[in-house]
Amino acid sequence: MNYYAGVDSGSWTTKAAVIDGEGHVLGTAVTRSGADLTAAAERAYEMVLANSGRTRADIEAVWSTGFGRNTIPFADGSRTELDCHGRGVAHYIKGPLVVVDIGGQDAKVIRLDAAGHRLSHRMNRKCAAGTGSFLDEIALRLGIDIGDLNALGRGATENLELSSFCTVFAGTELLTLIRSGKRPADLAMAAYRSLVKRIVAMDVLEGRIAPTGGVVAYHPIMVELIGAACRGEVVVPPHPQEIGAFGAALAALAACETQDIADTSDTAELVQP
Amino acid sequence: MSELTSTTALRATMDAYYRSLADAALRKTAPVAWCTSVGPAELLRALGFAVHFPENHAAIMGAARTANRYLPLAHAQGYSQDICSYLTSDIGAYLAGESPLEAYGLERAPAPDVLVFNTNQCRDVRDWFEWYGRELGVPVLGLHSPRAIDDVTESDIDAVTMQLEALVAPLEQVAGTRLDDARLRAAMRASRDTAGLWGACLETASARPAPLTFFDGSVHMGPAVVLRGSDDAPAYYRTLLAELEQRVENRVGAVPAETLRLYWDGMPVWGRLRALSTMFAEFRTAVVASTYCNSWAFSGLDPAEPWRSVARALLELFIARSEAPKERYIARMVEFYDVDGVIFHDCRTCSNNSNTRYGMPGRITERLGIPTLVLDGDVNDLRCFSDEQARTNIEGFVEQLTDARAATSARGSR
Ligand code: SF4
Repeated sequence: MNYYAGVDSGSWTTKAAVIDGEGHVLGTAVTRSGADLTAAAERAYEMVLANSGRTRADIEAVWSTGFGRNTIPFADGSRTELDCHGRGVAHYIKGPLVVVDIGGQDAKVIRLDAAGHRLSHRMNRKCAAGTGSFLDEIALRLGIDIGDLNALGRGATENLELSSFCTVFAGTELLTLIRSGKRPADLAMAAYRSLVKRIVAMDVLEGRIAPTGGVVAYHPIMVELIGAACRGEVVVPPHPQEIGAFGAALAALAACETQDIADTSDTAELVQP
Repeated sequence: MSELTSTTALRATMDAYYRSLADAALRKTAPVAWCTSVGPAELLRALGFAVHFPENHAAIMGAARTANRYLPLAHAQGYSQDICSYLTSDIGAYLAGESPLEAYGLERAPAPDVLVFNTNQCRDVRDWFEWYGRELGVPVLGLHSPRAIDDVTESDIDAVTMQLEALVAPLEQVAGTRLDDARLRAAMRASRDTAGLWGACLETASARPAPLTFFDGSVHMGPAVVLRGSDDAPAYYRTLLAELEQRVENRVGAVPAETLRLYWDGMPVWGRLRALSTMFAEFRTAVVASTYCNSWAFSGLDPAEPWRSVARALLELFIARSEAPKERYIARMVEFYDVDGVIFHDCRTCSNNSNTRYGMPGRITERLGIPTLVLDGDVNDLRCFSDEQARTNIEGFVEQLTDARAATSARGSR
């Protein structure tokens, strides 16, 4: 059996996945990217090999993706995260569909046709609003751990609005609301709603919608809110945070298969009279 | 990517132009007029003005990546970060007492005797010139041209013709000379020839592989912008055209192993012109044509009918039109250059030249069945451009187009 790996070097976290020749996931891993993307990629790769019970020698090919895709010396090839997220989701969910990826520092909307081919994509401007770092900022202002924000939001009873466009202004708006005695649970929920508003403004979200990325993995409330804000069926793929790394592993597999065909056709040519 | 050998002639042509401009300003060899890039340049030349184009001045700062040094100085004067970064870099450079034309002995942009704008492209040029008018106490004249025009009508042409004619008396006064019909016709002939030759140069990119790209065009269009109405421009474009035709004949492409072809709408990102050119070449993708470069291939300039034909040409420009004629224009370009996709540059500080904000990319995809990409950036303010995001955006688009082509050929061979 051959195995393939993918490494998704994001600006916030680095993800890795190992798959077999049928596209089954053997293991995944996530680590903080920090300042040294190459070291983070090495770490993620070591972790995923351990998690999947494989060694480097077992891996036929590793492909990279994400912000730091070109900084990974051991990668055999690379594709953009636009490709790998689409590829990863299309493996599980039948198109046509709209992939909504919300990462730590950017957000993307990727449209795929029935065959899983990309039709278009949109990326947010270089701004923290509409990305995971918006939620980090809010958690900081509320004085809680980001991991507790989802549970806090679940206790919301009042429908509050954060009207500011920008992350910094939203932070100060939040302080004003805290001073006026608003409950943290309602504020957490207001932050989620504000983020979703930015996301649904990126493109028309209809039909089958697949949210992915770390924000979706750690904040299930986001999935419900996206569902409520769109006209469509929301389907979350397995391992939404590692879907890009999984897509990169699928790209590695596809490249090896094409290579195999090319190899055999070369041979075929040689034996032609 | 091999550089066009005409680049040497281009440098000499531009060099001679800047030198004559510096002579006019420093040694008073001619009166100096500033003109917007699609203003009444032929009239100014016929009156003997040395003509300076502040947009060209600003573009040099963009390309040299010095613009960002000057922007804050203009912002501090109350000229917002959200308005034209050509304007803010140019005024900022003036406030800093610097000019990219320093090599020609100019410490600042050549001191003007008159400033002449045309609002066919935007309102910013007027505000820009009025700032200098106040600062330097020189007259500011202009054409108040209509914008967002559907079909150019006779009454639009009448209106601009009358305004052009009304400019003559005050300009004669500044120039200290009368407008000579023969000189005007000569300037018109030079302009018409420049437009025709420049257009022909750009059209060579319909060949496969394309002998020049939008990035080459953005540099080689210099004479078509700053030397309109002078015989030096057609002379240069004859040289360039000959080289491009030779390339077509020899099947020499500007991008080695050209695979994909794209159309570019919107302003260049001057500070990343080379970086983007290299990146697209790396992806074996030729950006073969653009609205921007084509904007100086004016049509219909007629020496026998100078006023009305200039008025019509300035009104018919892409930037002065409404969405419907703009979309028809892009559709013609997509077909003529046989491109695989269209890139729309959303230029942060120039809404006038960003056709992304009223749904056009989506309509183009829907009507022509061609993929489009919106690229965030700016003409001069590099703070509005993210190298990483641009790379992912462009690389992702190239992947999409390449995969689509592979899928089509796989279906075809089945
Ligand atoms: S068209 Fe745009 S870039 Fe050109 S002068 Fe006007 S605002 Fe500036």
